[in-house]
Amino acid sequence: MLRVENASVAYGRIMGLREVSLVVNDGEIVTIIGANGAGKTSLLNAISGVVPLKSGSIWLDDRQISRLSSHKMVRLGVAYIPEGRQIFGAMSVKDNLTMGAYSECARNLLSTIGYIGWFLRRSTVQSNLETVFGLFPILRERRNQRAGSLSGGEQQMLAIGRALMSSPRMLLLDEPSLGLAPTLVKEILKLIVRLRDEGLTILLVEQDATAALKIADRGYVMERGRISIEGTAKELLGDDRVRQAYLGKSVA
Amino acid sequence: MLARLKGKWTYFVIAALLLFLILIPFNWSLGQYTVLMIFIGLFTMVTVGLCLLLGYTGQVSLGQATFYGTGAYISAVLSKICGVNPWLAMLIAAVATGAFAYVIGYPIFRLRGNYLAVATLALGVIVYILLRQLGPGGPDGMAGIPYLSIGGFVFDTSFKRYFLVWFFCLAVLLISQNIVRSRTGRALRAIHGSEAAAESIGINVDQFKVKIFVLSAVYASLAGSLLAHQMSHISPGSFSPLVSIIIVVMAVIGGLASVWGAIFGAATVSILKYELLLGFGEWDIVIYGLILMLVMIFMPEGLFVRLRELYGRWRFRYAQRGAET
Repeated sequence: MLRVENASVAYGRIMGLREVSLVVNDGEIVTIIGANGAGKTSLLNAISGVVPLKSGSIWLDDRQISRLSSHKMVRLGVAYIPEGRQIFGAMSVKDNLTMGAYSECARNLLSTIGYIGWFLRRSTVQSNLETVFGLFPILRERRNQRAGSLSGGEQQMLAIGRALMSSPRMLLLDEPSLGLAPTLVKEILKLIVRLRDEGLTILLVEQDATAALKIADRGYVMERGRISIEGTAKELLGDDRVRQAYLGKSVA
Repeated sequence: MLARLKGKWTYFVIAALLLFLILIPFNWSLGQYTVLMIFIGLFTMVTVGLCLLLGYTGQVSLGQATFYGTGAYISAVLSKICGVNPWLAMLIAAVATGAFAYVIGYPIFRLRGNYLAVATLALGVIVYILLRQLGPGGPDGMAGIPYLSIGGFVFDTSFKRYFLVWFFCLAVLLISQNIVRSRTGRALRAIHGSEAAAESIGINVDQFKVKIFVLSAVYASLAGSLLAHQMSHISPGSFSPLVSIIIVVMAVIGGLASVWGAIFGAATVSILKYELLLGFGEWDIVIYGLILMLVMIFMPEGLFVRLRELYGRWRFRYAQRGAET
């Protein structure tokens, strides 16, 4: 579904990514692990169009998306959940979710027009809202609260829920476990598996390598802007280099 | 319950406000304030633009007087020196100022926070100096700018101009109100909340910032043109960077994220400036600074919004007490 070919990204003279290639197939959970500054977030930013590529190309199905600006990615069905739970703190939970369906209007020209658009969008927005509330019952309970007053875990759920509101085919998740209690991390990861089972394709960037590899189908290990190791999640979990460097286990 | 009270309250206030505005020039005791009211109307237009930009989108601009000035000067030069019809001059001024803001907007909105504030402030200083040095009349400004007129009806007294200015002002307020409540308004608030998130749900952040900047510039330009055509005399002093700061104070007092609060903010500061603080001369800016600090510390959501909140709470409690007995 998603294919990155020899992508390089530079911040001034500093290379953020060096000729990275990866493939995400339909219905897979693929995880990218690596230390701080290895280029994981740069890679996601490059895919979602936040930073421009210096060379290489990115393909979604048969369409090249390397030069597409990030706000257009949503319309192609790729939802990006940036690092650090970027929610709209001053809005209510429900408004946050409704904003997630912002790009619904781009599907056809008619729905960009005021009330007609609202009418056309309404059923999709409603059904998506029900789906999200079904996944996160806690959000339904708190739908009229200010999003900023939610706990960290609830905010992360809200961020994921908001991304789901755009009816995506693929999710790009950047460190959903950041700053969450271990039980919550487990819950979020369980949810990611559930979303995959419902047909979504997921690209997951994580620092918590063990947890990520446990739910992933395949994984890539990044080091200093390059992909150093790749393989199925099982292979990576058993790989001595990975174990030593990222899983904190001494090799017998 | 609370929401319904709030809704009714809004309509009541709008109706009362309109009635009050219409009656002012007719009233014998308030009639002397017609000119003051004209200035309040003009400043409201500029302040609403800043509210959209600063309060809703979260982008600082300390240079709104720039566009107020370009609007006034383009209008004045076209109508007086080139002999263009004042209405057409006003339109051209608005379009030109909008285009100017658009060209400036793209590079300037690459900056964020304090840097953006300094850049807009610098813009204001540059335009101010250009107007002083190169503008027709130099620091003394221009006189003899023609009045606006419809057919044979010339807006030559402040009584007539009062209605003209407030017609434009209310139009601007209504347009802004509609923008704020639309999908665009929600997009603006989303940008305020988190740019990364706004971009991730498909909002073109850069474009929206520039668009709203252009809109605020057009509002300011219209106000500037109206000023030029009704005072028939303008000088660079009315568009100095200090005026930009005063506009920020107006927006802050009005409550940044409130369209109707802009009238309240513009009125409070104008009354201070033209009536209460006349004795302070140049020192009045110290008072504005003090007000700005106090409002920011004790009611960051703005004086108007805070008062409205207190009123809403009072109404709610009152209604509850009524229900109990």
